[in-house]
Amino acid sequence: MINELIIAPVAFPLIMALITLALWKYRNIQEIVSVVGAIIYFVLCFQLLNYVLNNGIQAVHMGSWDAPFGISFVADTFSALMILVTGLMALVVIVYSISSMRRPKQLCDMEQKQFQYAYYPLLYFMFVGISGAFLTGDIFNLYVWFEVMLIASFSLLSLGGKKLQMEGTFKYVTINLISSAFFLVGVGLLYGVAGTLNMAHLAQILPTIENQNIVTLIAVLFILCFGVKAAVFPLFFWLPASYHTPPVSVSAVFAGMLTKVGVYSLIRVFTLLFTGHLEFTHTILLWIGGFTMVVGVLGAAAQYDMRRILSIHIVSQIGYMIMGLALFTPLAIAGAIFYLLHNIIVKTNLFLISGMVHRIKGTYNIRNMGGLVNSYPFVAVLFLASGLALAGLPPLSGFWSKFFVVKAAIDIKHYFIAVVALMVGLLTLFSMIKIWNEAFWKKMPNEKCDSKKDVNFLSKGNIFMIIPVVGLLAITVLIGFFPETLFTIAERAAEELLDKSQYINAVLGGSL
Amino acid sequence: MISLILSTATRILLPVLLLFSVFILLRGHQEPGGGFIGGLVGASAFALYTISNGISRARRMFPLNPNVFIITGLLMAMLSGILPLFFGKPAFTGLWTEFELPVIGPLNTPFLFDIGVYSVVIGVATSIIFTLKLKE
Repeated sequence: MINELIIAPVAFPLIMALITLALWKYRNIQEIVSVVGAIIYFVLCFQLLNYVLNNGIQAVHMGSWDAPFGISFVADTFSALMILVTGLMALVVIVYSISSMRRPKQLCDMEQKQFQYAYYPLLYFMFVGISGAFLTGDIFNLYVWFEVMLIASFSLLSLGGKKLQMEGTFKYVTINLISSAFFLVGVGLLYGVAGTLNMAHLAQILPTIENQNIVTLIAVLFILCFGVKAAVFPLFFWLPASYHTPPVSVSAVFAGMLTKVGVYSLIRVFTLLFTGHLEFTHTILLWIGGFTMVVGVLGAAAQYDMRRILSIHIVSQIGYMIMGLALFTPLAIAGAIFYLLHNIIVKTNLFLISGMVHRIKGTYNIRNMGGLVNSYPFVAVLFLASGLALAGLPPLSGFWSKFFVVKAAIDIKHYFIAVVALMVGLLTLFSMIKIWNEAFWKKMPNEKCDSKKDVNFLSKGNIFMIIPVVGLLAITVLIGFFPETLFTIAERAAEELLDKSQYINAVLGGSL
Repeated sequence: MISLILSTATRILLPVLLLFSVFILLRGHQEPGGGFIGGLVGASAFALYTISNGISRARRMFPLNPNVFIITGLLMAMLSGILPLFFGKPAFTGLWTEFELPVIGPLNTPFLFDIGVYSVVIGVATSIIFTLKLKE
C-alpha cells in the first residue's frame, strides 16, 4: 500500500501534466481534466497523511535498492502534512484558474495561445517538483526536485511575455541558479566528508566526523542556498521584484508554496543533519529570522501595489518560521510547522482575493481604488477576514501560529525576539489596514473614474474564483476555532523531527 | 541556402545516422550507449536534413509533431517506473519477463525506460531545431 501512496504525489501530477499537455488544443476538456485530476491528487495526498498518522514514518527505496545506496522516499508526519497542503493548493489554484485565466478580450491571440498551451501542464510539473522535494530522503535528489520545480516556475513566471514579467523572471532565474550552485557545492562537500547522500545515513555519520568545523562550514552553505530559496534576510530581494508580475493565480501558488519549500528544506536539514554545533548555526538562524521579520514588514509599508505589499509580507512571515526553527524546542518547531501551514493557506488566499479585486477594478494599485466595501461587501469581508488572519488577530489561525512561536521564545527566555515578533505582528496589521482603507473603505478617487466602471464581478463566469477563496477562508476559520487537531499533528511532527532515531530507523531499518 | 553537395550527402547519411542511433539505443542496455545519446544521434540526423533541405521539407519528412514524441516518451518512462507498483514492489524496480526478443534479450522495464528517453530526446531536440529554423 505504502509503495503506491508514497510515489503517488509525484507520479500522479506527472501523469496529469502529460495528459493536459496532450490535450492542449482542446481548452474546455483540458480544464475539466485538470480539475478532476486536482481533486484526485488532493485525495491521494490526504491518504498519505492518513497512512503516516496511523503507521508512523514510512520509507520506500526506489528500484528496491536498499538505503543508503538507492534513493529513498520518506514520509514522516512533517512531509505528509506539507504534501497535504500542496494537494490543497493545487486544487484551489486550478479551480480558481478556470475563471481567472480566461481573459478573452484583453489579450491578443498570441498570449492567449501561450496560456492555453502551457499553463496547466506547467502547473502540474511544478507540483511534481514540490511533492518530490517534500518526500525525498536523499540530499542530492532534493537538489533534482528543486530544479524540476524551478524550471517549471521559470516558465510559469514568464508566461505571457510582458516586459515587466521578463525583468522579474530574469532576476528570479539568476538568483535561483546561483543558489542552486551553492546547493550543489554544499552537497559535493557533504559527500566528500561523509561519503553518502542519504539523509538518514548522513545523520548517522556526521556526528562521528572528527573535523566538525567543516560540517559547520557546510551548514552555513546550506543556510545560504536554502535562504535564497526561502527569501530570508538579506537574500530576499528577488522576491518582491518578481512575484507581482505573472498572472495572479501563478503568483498565488508561488507565494504559497515556493518559498515554503525552502523553509521546509531548512527545517529538515537543520533538525536532521546539522545539529552538532547548535549555538553557532541556530544563533545565525535566530538573527536571520529576526531581521527577516522586521525588514519584510517595513518594506511593505512603502508599497502601494496590492500584490507587492503581499509579496514583501511573505518575507516577513518567513521570519517567524525561521525563528521557530532557531529556537529549537519542541514547542517552537511545532509552532513553526503550524505557522508554515497557516501561512500557505492564508497567503495564497490573499493573493487570490487580490486577483478578484483586480478583476473588479482593473488595477493592483490601491491608490486608484476605493469604495469596494459598498459595491462588493462580500469581497470586502473575504479580504478583511484573511488580512486579519495574516496579522494574527484571534480567533483566526494566525493568532495561534504566532502564539505558539512567541510562547516558545518566552519559555526559553528569548524575550527580545518575542518582542520583535509581537511588534512585527502589529506592523502587519498596519499593512493590512492600509490595503483595507485604500481599496475598500475610502471613496473612489474622483479623477480616475466613478464606481460605475466596476466590472460586474458576481457574474456566472467568475464563480470559480469565488468558490476556492471561500473554501480557503473556511479552513482558516476552522483552524482558528479548533487549533488542537492541527496542533497535535504538528507537535507529533516536531517530536519526530527532534528525535532523529525514528527517522533513521525508518529509512535504514536494521541494515546498518 | 540549399547546398547541392550537402543535400546529396544527407540523402545517404540520414538512414545511416538513424540506424546508428537505434544501434546505440540497443547497445546501451549492457555497454556504453543508451537512450539519451541514441536520441541525440537520431536528432542530429534530422538536424542535418533540416539544414540541408529547409524547414518545410523537413517538417514533411518528420513523421509526427515533435510533441507527440515528447509525450509518448515521457509516458513510457513513467510507465516503466510505476509498473512495478502493480506487482507489489517499490517504484522503478526492474522487472524482467521470460519472453525473449531477438538481439535485445528478455523484455524488461529498464529497456522501456530507455526507449522513452530516446523518444523524448528526439522530440525535444527536433522541436528546438524546427523552432530555431523557423525564426531564421
